[in-house]
Amino acid sequence: MIAELGLALLWIAAALACLSLVAGVLYIRTGKDDLAALVRPASVAQGVLTAAAFLLLITLFVRSDMSVELVVRNSHSLKPMLFKVAGAWGNHEGSMLLWLTILGLSGALVAIFEKRLRNDTLIATLAAQAALSLGFFAFLIFSSNPFKRLPIAPPDGQGLNPLLQDPGLAFHPPTLYIGYVGISVAFSFAVGALVTREIGPAFARAMRPWVLGSWIFLTLGITAGSYWAYYELGWGGWWFWDPVENVSLIPWLAGAALLHSVSVTATRNALRAWTVMLAVIAFSMSMVGTFIVRSGLLTSVHSFAVDPERGTFLLALMFIYIGGALTLFAFRAGAVAEGKKFALLSREGSLVINNLLLTTILALVLLGTLYPIVAEAMGEKISVGPPYYNKVAGPLALILCLVMVTGPLLSWRKDDGKKLWSRLPVAVFAAALVLFGLILFGGKVGVLPLLGMTVAGLVGVASLAPLWGRNLRRTPLPTWGMVMAHFGVAVALAGMGAESAFIKERLVAAAPGETVTVADFSVKFAGVKPIAGPNYTAIEGTLVATTPSGASFTLHPAARTFPGLMGGPPTETNEAALLTRPGGQLYVVLGQAVTAPDGSIDRYQLRLWWKPLVWWIWLGGALIAIGATLSLLGRAQLLEIWRARRARKSRERFA
Amino acid sequence: MKAKHQRLILALVALGGVAGAGVLAASALRDEAAYFRTPAEVKAGKAEVGEAMRLGAMVAAGSIKRQSDGLTIDFVATDGKASIPVQFTGIVPDLFAENSGMVADGRMRADGVFVADRILAKHDERYMPPQMGEMPKNMKLVPGE
Repeated sequence: MIAELGLALLWIAAALACLSLVAGVLYIRTGKDDLAALVRPASVAQGVLTAAAFLLLITLFVRSDMSVELVVRNSHSLKPMLFKVAGAWGNHEGSMLLWLTILGLSGALVAIFEKRLRNDTLIATLAAQAALSLGFFAFLIFSSNPFKRLPIAPPDGQGLNPLLQDPGLAFHPPTLYIGYVGISVAFSFAVGALVTREIGPAFARAMRPWVLGSWIFLTLGITAGSYWAYYELGWGGWWFWDPVENVSLIPWLAGAALLHSVSVTATRNALRAWTVMLAVIAFSMSMVGTFIVRSGLLTSVHSFAVDPERGTFLLALMFIYIGGALTLFAFRAGAVAEGKKFALLSREGSLVINNLLLTTILALVLLGTLYPIVAEAMGEKISVGPPYYNKVAGPLALILCLVMVTGPLLSWRKDDGKKLWSRLPVAVFAAALVLFGLILFGGKVGVLPLLGMTVAGLVGVASLAPLWGRNLRRTPLPTWGMVMAHFGVAVALAGMGAESAFIKERLVAAAPGETVTVADFSVKFAGVKPIAGPNYTAIEGTLVATTPSGASFTLHPAARTFPGLMGGPPTETNEAALLTRPGGQLYVVLGQAVTAPDGSIDRYQLRLWWKPLVWWIWLGGALIAIGATLSLLGRAQLLEIWRARRARKSRERFA
Repeated sequence: MKAKHQRLILALVALGGVAGAGVLAASALRDEAAYFRTPAEVKAGKAEVGEAMRLGAMVAAGSIKRQSDGLTIDFVATDGKASIPVQFTGIVPDLFAENSGMVADGRMRADGVFVADRILAKHDERYMPPQMGEMPKNMKLVPGE
């Protein structure tokens, strides 16, 4: 019953999206207000119904309803509750429904809260949003129905890949999806503004919170995903330039460019055509990302074996949306009046350079990601790995950081550079200090990490410069946000540089009782013991790490074995043990047992890493997200409202 | 300076930047992209000794032998048409097993042994043995170095 209800809700929601679209288009053409009055409620209802359908899917998973194919394929009655719930979106169909839910809810939010736009632009935006939803509804209902029943219900499900049974990972896809969908709302705004020719500060201000919000979620998603890969996969790296990582990074880069250009449009009414174009690009990139992951073109940890039919469907959708938006843009670009002028040495000028660099990095990452596909079509199998990306993206990212140093110190429109000269010496001095310190005491360091740490020193100090000589209590939140996000970039950059320059590694086969040294830790391997988890068994090692100062810490790396489901082979996962210290992390992995010639187990493989400042990478990511959140709060003017309310309350108290 | 001029200069700068980036990317791709080969292709003489490449194959049944240092393994990679001996020192990824797919980054040694510096095991949602003779699909890169 629940599954049928869910499917019915999807159909009704799709009909409402259709209604929004048709009513919106007719209103734009005829200007009849009673048509416009339909669009808002229809958008809200569509969002609510889609969300209800998604909740019903979660209910099916929680109840382990084995008559539903999706539940059978992705769940098991013995799974911990959290993973039953997460199982609802840990697969292709469910994640597409989640995508639609977020899309519908954000459309509803726009319909309820957006007050800054002209009414016709808002209706056009909602119609564009409905058109997006409609395509995905068609995709879901016709090619990947999550509520499909099985003719005969099996006794139990096939479970979920144990590697994906991690609380962090349960929330990883939704986080990224919110990011992707937020960008799609920005896209709808751009389409709406193009349709009604209202491209200016009002449109940019309406769009900015969505860009910021989506970018916050993308930042969090990428940061968390990187940390998950780091501790869960037991390989000790934090970024592999895996295609799936790249397709989340590419929209992030587009979003970063967009949120900087939208600021120029909102503040100075310049870069208008570019902002609209960038919104289209950013959305295209999140579509391309979805397509690549979902079509099985590039396969990786998150890819769910997909059939070509779905890929074709997505490709067609992509073609219609992106092609349509670009056509609209081509017809209307001439109508975008010339924006306000500015000199090259100015805040706008540096933001233009920032945008150029970001889009170039984006293009190079995209090229590296797609190149193997193109090469394979030509009959060559090629893999593009970290060396390529480090070589092309690294230097450009460092140049981008230099622009980040100067940009915030320049004034809008035109600058004589006085402020730069007065404030930069301290930052340059800090960078020089880092550089000489590394050259004198760092030993052999690669060029890229060396420059990375130096630039991190420069950015770290310079990013605080906008706060100098200001009344900190009166400094607007967006300025705080910018400072914190830029400082976060410096922190992350320093972490990346230090980790790749000074990492120490030991690989040994150790018998219980042996001691291994790594960096300045001496680590005693105490032995292993078997333990039983809720749905796995494990061998857990015990290691005691001692620092030179005599403090000792116990680590428990483990190798888990999950029983094979449906007669499949058992799955093993490796649980690394981490020891976080102020100076970095000690990372220990327990490998396989080594058998002596007489057949008894006498040693275990151990891999130990000391990774200096590695946690700064994710701290930096978190700071960037917090900074963006501060900006968002400032833009939403919540604080002003709260202050006004407090002032009113205090007035009432004294009245 | 007219706005038109400024726009022109900006467009030229952007074009120059894009062209420079294109050249950079093309040269980096030429230097850094590694060929992905099957044992049959290696046997046909497509791989030069010492050239960084990626080998994709199945681990032959019963072929995994561990050396006495406890860290180095030797095994045979096969695609049903040809077999290549592989040597790897390190901890193999969780899903590395006989009769299943694997991908190794490394290079051919002059004696015909492929020395892997990283092994990536097949890693998909639902385990399905790949067709012999076909490239294992659905690779997640789980580096065990």
